[in-house]
Amino acid sequence: MSMPTPMPQPERENYLNKEYGVWSWLLTTDHKRIALLYLLSITFFFFIGGFFALLIRLELLTPAGDLVQADTYNKLFTMHGMVMVFFFLIPSIPAVLGNFLVPMMIGAKDLAFPRVNLLSWYLYIIGGVMMLHCMLTGGVDTGWTFYAPFATNFTNTKIVEAGLAIFVAGFSSILTGLNFVVTIHRMRAPGMTWSRLPLFIWAHYATSIIQLLGTPVIAVTIVLVAAERALHLGIFDPKLGGDPLLFQHLFWFYSHPAVYIMILPAMGVVTEIIACFSRKRIFGYSFVAFSSIAIAVFGFLVWAHHMFVAGMSVYAALVFSLLSYAVAVPSAIKVFNWTATLYKGSIHYDAPMLYAFGFLGLFTIGGLTGLFLAALGIDVHVTDTYFVVAHFHYIMVGGAVMGYLGGMHFWWPKISGRLYPEGWARLAALIVFIGFNLTFFPQFILGYMGMPRRYYDYSHMPEFQVLNVLSTAGATVLGVGYLLPMIYFLWSMRYGKPASDNPWNAAGLEWKTASPPPTFNFDEEPVVTWEAYNYEELDAPHSEEVPVGR
Amino acid sequence: MSEHSKSSPLPTYFAVFFALLVGTALTVYAATLDLGKYNAAVALTIASVKATLVALFFMHVKGASEKLTKLVVIAALFFLLLLLGLTMTDYATRLWS
Repeated sequence: MSMPTPMPQPERENYLNKEYGVWSWLLTTDHKRIALLYLLSITFFFFIGGFFALLIRLELLTPAGDLVQADTYNKLFTMHGMVMVFFFLIPSIPAVLGNFLVPMMIGAKDLAFPRVNLLSWYLYIIGGVMMLHCMLTGGVDTGWTFYAPFATNFTNTKIVEAGLAIFVAGFSSILTGLNFVVTIHRMRAPGMTWSRLPLFIWAHYATSIIQLLGTPVIAVTIVLVAAERALHLGIFDPKLGGDPLLFQHLFWFYSHPAVYIMILPAMGVVTEIIACFSRKRIFGYSFVAFSSIAIAVFGFLVWAHHMFVAGMSVYAALVFSLLSYAVAVPSAIKVFNWTATLYKGSIHYDAPMLYAFGFLGLFTIGGLTGLFLAALGIDVHVTDTYFVVAHFHYIMVGGAVMGYLGGMHFWWPKISGRLYPEGWARLAALIVFIGFNLTFFPQFILGYMGMPRRYYDYSHMPEFQVLNVLSTAGATVLGVGYLLPMIYFLWSMRYGKPASDNPWNAAGLEWKTASPPPTFNFDEEPVVTWEAYNYEELDAPHSEEVPVGR
Repeated sequence: MSEHSKSSPLPTYFAVFFALLVGTALTVYAATLDLGKYNAAVALTIASVKATLVALFFMHVKGASEKLTKLVVIAALFFLLLLLGLTMTDYATRLWS
C-alpha cells in the first residue's frame, strides 16, 4: 500500500512536543506518554530475557554441559521465563499499544483513571527493579512455575524476592485491566456503541477481565509460598496436612489464562491489520467480538491440563481434557473469520500484514499442538519434553510477539508521527518468521523423540545435536530479526518521513486525529455515525472523509 | 467517593470494624479447638462472612447503583466458584492412599 507523504507543514502541538524534560515524562498522566514509558521498560526486559535465551541456546549447541553447569542452567531458564512472562509478554500489547490506543479508539481524552495508570507503571518498575536485584544477587532455580515442594521446602535461591517482584508487578497488571474496563464502559464517544467498537477494544476488554480476576490468585499463591517457606504453615506440605498439587491448581488457575492475556490483545491487533490490509469489514464481527469473551471465560476452565501427570485424579483429568478442547472453539472461530475476511479482499503485503500472516500461521500451529497436549494419551508421552516448549513458544512468541511487532509497525506512524522504512520492515518480518520457525520447529521433533526440557546436558543422547544446532542457529537469526525493528524505529524518529494523519487510509477513530496526536487526542469530541471497519465506504470512488466532529 | 454509591454513616463503619475484629478473634479461638473435619468449614465460614462485610461496607457494594459494580462483584464470585468447584473435581475423586 502506498504511503502518501504530506507536504511539509509547521509542527503542530502534540503529546510529544507539548512539554520537555525528564519530569514531564516521569510525572505525566497522559496515557500516550505512559505507553511510551512502558515501551522503553518492556524493551529493556525483553533484551534481558533474550540474553538468557541466548545463553540457553548456546549451552545446548553441544550435547555436553560445557558452557555452564547445572545450577547456572537452572537459573538461566528460570530467569528467562520469569522476565519474559511477567515483565515482557503480559504487559507488552496491553500496556503499550492498549494504553496508547484504547482511549483514542473509543473517542476518549484519556483513560478513566490517569493517575492510576501512572501508578501502574511505577509498580511495574518497582517490581522490575526487585527482579533485577534478585537476578544480580543469585537468581532463582525453580523454573518460572515455582512448583512446591521444591520452591517451598528445598531450594535456597531467592524465591521470596522473585515472588515479591512478581507480586508487585501483578498489581500493575490489575490496575491496567481495571482502567480499561471502566474506560470502555464509561468513556465511549457519542455513537460509539458496543457493536461499533473496534475488535481491538473487545480483545482488550476480555484481557482486562482476566487481569482483574485472575491476577489476584497468583498474588495470593505467591504469598502462600512465602508464608510456607517462612512459617512452615503446611499448606503445600503433606506432612502437615497440605497438598503440593494445591500449589499447581492455584498457580495454573492464573497462569494458564495468563497466556490469553498475551494472545488476546495480539488477536485484537491482527484483526485491525487484516481488516485494513484486505480493505474489508471483518467477516462475522459479532462472532469475533464474543469469541474474545468466550476465550477469557473458557480460559479459566482448562488449567489442570498442565497437571495430567502430576498425580491428580484421573476423573478430574478427563474433565479438564474435555474442557481444554472447548477453548479451541472460539480460537478457531477467530481464525476462520480472519480467513473469510481475506477472501476476495484487496490484500496489501505491507510489513504489518506480513506479521499478521505470520501470526495466523504460527498461532494455528501453536493452537493445534495445544490440542495434542489436551489429549491425555499424547500428553503423557510429551509432558516435560521440548514438544511442550515448542508449543508454548509458538503461541507466546509466534503469536503474541508477532502480533506485538505487527501492531508496532501498524501504529508507529501514529505513535511517532514518522514513517518507518517499509523495505527494511518487510525484510525484518521475513527474518523473524524464518528465524522463529528455524528455532522452534526442530524442538517439536526433539520433544516428540523424547528430549526432556530443562536438561543442560544431553551427552547420553548425542543424536539430538543436529536439531539443537538448527535451533540455536535459528535463535541467532531471530535475534537479528528482533534487533532490526528497534534500529529502524529509532532511526525513523529522526530521519523517517513525516506521517500523515492516516497513512494506511485505515478506519478507526485513532486515524482521524493528528499524527502524533494532541495531548487530549481530539480537537473536538468525535461523534460516531458509522460502523466499524467501513472500508467499502472509505474506498468508494470519490468518497469523502467521514466527518468526525458534531 | 463516587456520586453513584451511598456511603454509610460513620458508626456503621466502626460497627463493621468491630465485627471484623470479633471474626478474627473467633478464627483464632476456633483454631484451638479440634472440630475434626469441620475445622476448615468453620474457618472458611468466618472468613467468608468477614469478606462479605468488607465488600458490602468498606468497598461500598451495598447501596451501589452502578450496574458495572454489580457486574464486577458477580463476575468475581463466579470466577471464585470456578476455582473452588473445578479444584474440587480433583480433591473429591483423587485416590488417596
